[in-house]
Amino acid sequence: MKLKDILVASLFCYSAISSAETVFVTLEKDNAIAVVDPVEGKLLKTVEVGQRPRGIALSSDQQKLYIATSDDDAVIVVDVNTLKVVAKLPSGEDPETFALNSDGTKMYVSNEDDNQVTVINLIDHKAEKTVGVGVEPEGIAVSPNDEWIVSASETTNMVHWIDAKTLAIKANTLVDPRPRALSFTADGKQLWVTSEMNSSTMVIDVATKEIIKTIKFAIPAVGQEKVQPVGVVIDALQNWAYVALGPANRVAVINAKTYEVEKYLLVGARVWNLAFSPTQERLYTTNGVSHDISLIDTKNHKVTKSIAVGRYPWGLVVKK
Amino acid sequence: MTHYWFALWGIVFRELFRFVKQKERFLSALVRPLVWLFVFAAGFRAALGIAIIPPYDTYILYEVYITPGLIGMIQLFNGMQSSLSMVYDREMGSMRILLVSPLPRWFLLTSKLLAGVFVSILQVYVFLMIAWFYDIQPPIEGYLWVLPVLILTGLMLGALGLLLSAFIKQLENFAGVMNFVIFPMFFMSSALYPLWKLQESSQVLHLIAKYNPFTQAVEFIRFALYGQLNQEAGLATLLAFVVFLMIAIIGYNPSKGMMKRKGR
Repeated sequence: MKLKDILVASLFCYSAISSAETVFVTLEKDNAIAVVDPVEGKLLKTVEVGQRPRGIALSSDQQKLYIATSDDDAVIVVDVNTLKVVAKLPSGEDPETFALNSDGTKMYVSNEDDNQVTVINLIDHKAEKTVGVGVEPEGIAVSPNDEWIVSASETTNMVHWIDAKTLAIKANTLVDPRPRALSFTADGKQLWVTSEMNSSTMVIDVATKEIIKTIKFAIPAVGQEKVQPVGVVIDALQNWAYVALGPANRVAVINAKTYEVEKYLLVGARVWNLAFSPTQERLYTTNGVSHDISLIDTKNHKVTKSIAVGRYPWGLVVKK
Repeated sequence: MTHYWFALWGIVFRELFRFVKQKERFLSALVRPLVWLFVFAAGFRAALGIAIIPPYDTYILYEVYITPGLIGMIQLFNGMQSSLSMVYDREMGSMRILLVSPLPRWFLLTSKLLAGVFVSILQVYVFLMIAWFYDIQPPIEGYLWVLPVLILTGLMLGALGLLLSAFIKQLENFAGVMNFVIFPMFFMSSALYPLWKLQESSQVLHLIAKYNPFTQAVEFIRFALYGQLNQEAGLATLLAFVVFLMIAIIGYNPSKGMMKRKGR
C-alpha cells in the first residue's frame, strides 16, 4: 500500500469514527434549529421550531429535544428523529434557559420577566410549582446528586440555592455583577458562575456556599469592556474549564486545578454557549454575531473549524 | 556529468559558506520577519476583521495570517541579497571566473539560484520554528508540503533578483532596488492583508496585488503550509520563474545582454 493510500484510509477511518455525533443548534433569528455534522463540517438541515428558540437540552434517553421558544412562551418537545414538535410544556412567560434533573423527570425553567423559576413535571407535562427568586433569573443548573437547583439572578447579583425536595430557597450567595451561566463540577463539590459585567468567573464551594476563587479574564489587545463571560463548562475529569467570553470572541481555557487561565482561543463573534462532544474530545461554541459554531480540539486546545449554521446561533446540544 | 555536480556543489557551498561566515546576515535575515511578527502583527491584531478565508477553516489571529507573507519576505530579501552578491561578484571579478567556465551559462546561473534558495529555506525553517513557540502552529504535514513550494517560490524570487542584478551597474544602486522593487512588491501583495480587504479600499490596488507574482508566491506558500495545493498560484509562480530566468539569462549573455552594454 502506498503512503497516499494509507493516508486516505486512515482519514476515512477517522471520519467514520468521529462523525457519529450530531449537533443541534438553536437559531434565535431564524426561529429554527440547525442540524450539523460537526466533523464533516456540514450543516445537514435547518428546521423551523417556533419563535426565538434559545435554551436547548436533550432528554436522558437522547430521543427528545427540549427547546425554549421564548417568544411563544413555551418549552417545546421535539422528536429527535423526525424533528417534529410533539408537545408543548407550560413553561411560563419568556423562557430562556432551563435545566433537567438527572433522571429526566423534572425541568426547571428561568422566567426572566416574572422573577421566578417554574418546575415542570416531564411525565405528565404539567407545571407543578413556581419558585420566586431574584430579579431577572437567567442561568440555572441542577447538582449532579439532584439535591440543589441553583438559579442566578442577573440584576440581584445572587445565586439562589433551592432545595430540590422542598423547593424552598435555603441559601443565597452574592456574586459579581450580572451572573449569567452556572455549571457544577462532575463531583458536585463546586459550582462555577460567570459574571458578565466583571469579566470574571467565580468558583463556589457547594458545602459552604462561599466563593473560594474569583478568576478574572484579561486578553491582550482586547478591550476589557468586551470581555463578557457567559457559558461555562468543566470536563468530567475536572482538569479543564472553558468559559465563553461573548464579544471578546474568545474562549478562556482554565486549569481547573490551579484556576489559572492557560489560553484564550479565538472563535467567532459573540461566543455565547458551550457544549462538549460525548467523549469530551471536542468542545463546540455558538457564535451569535458571526452566525456559526466553532470546534475546539480539547486535547491540544486548538480551534480546528468554524461552520456557518444560520442567524444568531444561541444554544446547542450534542447527540451521540 | 561529474563536473556539473562539482560546479553546482562549489557554487552552493560558496553561498552557504558566505552565509555562515556572515553571522549578522543570518541574524538580520531572521530579525526582520520576527520584528514584523512580534511588533507589527501585535499592533494590528484586530485588523483582519471577521472572515474565514481559504485555506483556513476557522478564525485566525493576524500573526497567523501574516506568517506566510513573512516567509515570502524572507525569500524576497534573500533573492535580492543574491542579486546584491552578484553585483559584488561582478565588481570583484569573481563573476568573470564563474562565467568563463566551460559549463553552459543557464546551468551556472541556475546553480547560483539554487544556492540562494537553499540558504533561504534554512532561514524559513528557523523562522517557522520560532513562530511555533509563538503559537503559530500549522499542521505538521504542512511543514513537509511547504518544502517543494519553497523551492519554487525561492527560485522565482531568486530569478527576479538575478534579473535585476543584470541591470544594476554598481553596488550603491541596491537602495533603488529596495525602493522600487522590494517595498512595492511586498506592500502591494496579500502578504499583509487579504485581497478582499484590499478590494474594499481600492479596486486598482486589488488588481495590482492580484497579478503581483509575490502575491502568487505567498498564496502558494500559505496553502501548502495548511496541506493544500493552490494550483493557480503554483502555475503563476512557475510562469513568473521561467520568464524571469529567461530574461536574466539573456541579460547575462555577453554578446546580447546587459553585460555587453555595460562593457562599453
